[in-house]
Amino acid sequence: MELAIDAHELTKTYPPDVRALDRLSLSVQAGTIFGLLGPNGAGKSTTVRILTTLSRPDSGSARVAGIDVLEDPVGARRAIGVVGQKHGADPEATGRENLVLQGEFHGITGAELRRRVLAALERFGLADAADRQAKTYSGGMQRRLDVAMGLLHRPQVLFLDEPTTSLDPEARTEMWQEIERLAREEQMTILLTTHYLEEADRLASRLAIVDRGRIVVEGSPQQLKSDLQGDTIQVELGACKDADARAALARVSDITDLSLEGRTLRARARDGGAAIPAVLTALDTHGVKVASVTLARPSLDEVYLRHAGRAFHPAEDAYAKEAA
Amino acid sequence: MIAVRQTWQVSLRGVRALIRQPGYLGITLTQPIIWLLLFGALFKAVTRIPGFHGGSYINFLTPGIVVMLAISSAGWTGMGFIEDINSGVMDRQLVSPVWRGALNAGSVLYAMITIAIQTTLIVLLAWALGADYKGGLGGVLILVALGGLLGAAFASLSNGLAVLTRQRETLIGAVSAVILPLVFLSSALMQQNLVPGWIRTVSRYNPVNWAVEAGRSAAMQKIDWGLVASRFALLAALAALCAVFATRAFASYQRSL
Repeated sequence: MELAIDAHELTKTYPPDVRALDRLSLSVQAGTIFGLLGPNGAGKSTTVRILTTLSRPDSGSARVAGIDVLEDPVGARRAIGVVGQKHGADPEATGRENLVLQGEFHGITGAELRRRVLAALERFGLADAADRQAKTYSGGMQRRLDVAMGLLHRPQVLFLDEPTTSLDPEARTEMWQEIERLAREEQMTILLTTHYLEEADRLASRLAIVDRGRIVVEGSPQQLKSDLQGDTIQVELGACKDADARAALARVSDITDLSLEGRTLRARARDGGAAIPAVLTALDTHGVKVASVTLARPSLDEVYLRHAGRAFHPAEDAYAKEAA
Repeated sequence: MIAVRQTWQVSLRGVRALIRQPGYLGITLTQPIIWLLLFGALFKAVTRIPGFHGGSYINFLTPGIVVMLAISSAGWTGMGFIEDINSGVMDRQLVSPVWRGALNAGSVLYAMITIAIQTTLIVLLAWALGADYKGGLGGVLILVALGGLLGAAFASLSNGLAVLTRQRETLIGAVSAVILPLVFLSSALMQQNLVPGWIRTVSRYNPVNWAVEAGRSAAMQKIDWGLVASRFALLAALAALCAVFATRAFASYQRSL
């Protein structure tokens, strides 16, 4: 199958010495939704900035829709649509004016432009608000305008950089339906970045987890989850020595991937329900107090934890500076 | 052709915003009105200094205020780009195949339109205050055009600075640091033969002075075509140079991303 995005060993360092991308390679087949998943600062946005010709890598190469983004950035810009993290619409202009300007930037003019703008306004439910300033739009409407602007010139590859961040749940569901429709009906290639596991799970046919500028694992959501084989046991410990807890569980045979983060102990088991009694008994014999035990079926959260080596806390990371 | 089209489309953004909020123009005019009234009153006695020729001080002052208004208005142009960078508009424009030159040129064109309206209103106000436009309507139009051309250069500088620094504070600092010295180092407020020699020397290379002298000659005196043409050419060249600087600033901005 044809590759819509093909990036090789992209490296990008920001001064003084922040390595945003560390030889990141990525390929996306045409007509699929590819999810790039990771916390803020992992390198998702830097990847999108390079693939959309906004930024250049220190080294590496990338082709989008068959066009080398470094050698022919203008050609690449004609082939891509971009919906950035921030609103790209002029808040002082109306929805219609924003769409017209976007079309003009892509060299679409006259009757053809008017026709497309009208169709876009209808399709994204903005017809009634077409002549109102974008700053009067709700969050969901603004996002729909952003997507409409990104699609006006019928790009081959669409980049959606955290399309649902800061949307309320209802608007988020709407956006998901729209993205699914684009992939299904128009066979558009979509690169989606997100820090919502649920979003990647629902939309992407393939996804890659990015951590510290590298892709740590890649596959379909089902593959990644089934690779985990089994359940995650999570134990909240009371006061005890870390070493005691570790020593206790070292002897339980049915569990693997033991990790201790703060007071939270995690382990994996093929059959979690059967392993829990053994875990509790072992902890009890070593005098380790247990506050609570939970059992989780495989989720992308577990995939992330396993491959990035730490739990996924988008809410905390949202405050971290987006270095990438 | 597409470059002209895109430039016009970019400038339409500003023009539409201006039409939606015309009151903004009124606010920007309070400063030059104060200058006109204050400087006019403050320096009234200047006309009695031996060696001053040129009739009333308001006649002398008006071209100076027009040019001062042009550069101070143009100086804020870059604020629009800083807002665009912060809001995400800039990045969206830069990932489209739009000609980079049009992003700056459109913004400069809008600045020139604004300046033309502002300076025309000031010209009318000065007329009401007794300014005598010997050059007639044609002379006044030349004065407004010279102000617009100098404003174009300053608007590009402001845009370039905005894109490079992305800080409102820097722009505010630059505008406040630059405008008064450039005005004082020109014949905007005081006749050249009455100022120290070194100021006369410096002012020869001061674009503000090019616009003031040519504009004064066209609107207020018997027009000196040679002076007007040469200053017009100099200012056009400067405006073009500044536009190149501003357009190149986009590439520098993208390198920093």
